[in-house]
Amino acid sequence: MSTRLLVRRAVSTTFVLLGAAIVLLPFVWMLSVSLKPADEIFTREIAFLPTRFEWSNYVEAFTAVDLTRYLMNGVVVCVGILVFQILLAVPCAYALTQRRFRARTLVFGMVLAGLLVPYHVTAIPIFLGLAQLRLLDTYTALILPFVASVFGMFLFRQFFAQIPSDLFEAARVDGLSETAIVWRIAFPLAWPAATAFAVFSVTAHWNDLFWPLIATSDRALATPPRGIVYFNDQESGSDVGPLMAAAAVVTAPLVIGFLLAQRAFTQGLAAGGLKG
Amino acid sequence: MRRLSRAGRDALTDLWLAGPATVMMIVLIFVPVAIVALLSFTDYQFGARSFRFVGLENYTTLFTDPIGRRAVTNTLLYVAVVIPFSMGLALLVAMALHEMATWSRMLSNVLRAAYFLPVAATLVAMALAWQMLLHPSIGLFNAVLSHLGFPRQDLLSDRGLVLYTLAAIGIWQTIGYNMVLFLAGLAAIPRHLYEAAEVDGADRPWERFWTVTWPMLGPTTLFVAVITATQSFRVFETVATLTDGGPAFASETLVYALYREGFVYFKAGYASAITMVFFAFVLALTLLQFRILERRVHYK
Repeated sequence: MSTRLLVRRAVSTTFVLLGAAIVLLPFVWMLSVSLKPADEIFTREIAFLPTRFEWSNYVEAFTAVDLTRYLMNGVVVCVGILVFQILLAVPCAYALTQRRFRARTLVFGMVLAGLLVPYHVTAIPIFLGLAQLRLLDTYTALILPFVASVFGMFLFRQFFAQIPSDLFEAARVDGLSETAIVWRIAFPLAWPAATAFAVFSVTAHWNDLFWPLIATSDRALATPPRGIVYFNDQESGSDVGPLMAAAAVVTAPLVIGFLLAQRAFTQGLAAGGLKG
Repeated sequence: MRRLSRAGRDALTDLWLAGPATVMMIVLIFVPVAIVALLSFTDYQFGARSFRFVGLENYTTLFTDPIGRRAVTNTLLYVAVVIPFSMGLALLVAMALHEMATWSRMLSNVLRAAYFLPVAATLVAMALAWQMLLHPSIGLFNAVLSHLGFPRQDLLSDRGLVLYTLAAIGIWQTIGYNMVLFLAGLAAIPRHLYEAAEVDGADRPWERFWTVTWPMLGPTTLFVAVITATQSFRVFETVATLTDGGPAFASETLVYALYREGFVYFKAGYASAITMVFFAFVLALTLLQFRILERRVHYK
């Protein structure tokens, strides 16, 4: 191996290691502050590691605000949205590829057009509609606006389009109803697409602040990001340890999920870039 | 009951399968888009009993009012800062990791995961972590600054710096995503092209980059640029968590203005006009993205 190649590798390795350290710095600092006792937080000295680990910040985070409740709300909202999205998107995507009906091109055109619309655009009319129905400040207000995922329909449609229709024809000959074919044959086959979509959907809605900020003002309905914003607003500067602990707790599920299932996460989130 | 014909049954099945999704799409996407477009020409306020059409008044306000203009120019500036830095750094990291994979796949994969971590993390929580890191008195950043003999900076309360600070957080958050797209682009470049370039005398890394890598990455680069732009146009979470558009509207952005005017001040008509301007920007970019994707498919 030539010296020049070695030097080049050393330079580029140093560069990426340094970059990675900067990228990870906020995570490290968040954990570090969350584990430090108060007197070590409020110092001008530089210290990455606490001299003694202080778990009380985490206890405080769960008692100062109702963090458990926020996490539960996050689970309810994410699962609720995902279940309805799949219930609507999978049959529709199946019909778009495996059935011949007149409005098919029109419906697929709507899916493609829908991809162009960021969810911020529909916020005002949907808020008005929910207000009319007296549904603001409910779980419905947090779930309903997202049940029709055009991105999900698009993803499943692309997947079903690759499956030979003979397979479904054989199931029909066996006497299966179309609904049974959708859920017992097509959906299990689309598992890779479903995983990618689930990662995309759960990440997007677990992390979302925009809609929960608009649709709810009741603290009991706060999702995790909404909850820590409440915490940050009420916090007067003395509670930074517990605040960082709460931030770490809220970030943990997705970060751990990502570390355990890197492929699924990378694919799901990369595919999400198609959505406008 | 009369038995349905086969065609009738088929039509019912189609309706059962595709109908609910179609109805929800219309109710939750297309009707709202029509309403928001219509509202943008009115002076409607949430809770008001009536409204009147005011023509283009909301749009003129947005582009003439100093605060409205701040929202537009700030967003454009934010996007203009995030795109080149996020893409440039992502490309450098991707090339380094791509090369590293030839001698240590494991290290390369570990670093790849590290760079991608901010994409999966909850941005609101990480924004608070950044706030701590940049804290004027107890943050690591300022501790280092004052150690080196520089004055402490309150990056999130400084009118001149706040937007760039938010852009830096935006860059931090998008590098990993762009890196993954670039890595896919790099993996798709056939090895023999590099060998051919070498035969033609391009043996320095710089020459190989300009003769092979850069031209072959062309479509990926365009695609990444548009995706970064559409994502950056939506900047909201960091603004709402850290600055509320301040100080003195120095970090006001389109989506934050839409939120504040609409849902804090209840000016639905004006907020609708902001929405439409935001939509126009994103729509133009997304249509561009579709065209690029299409060309990429034809290219193969």
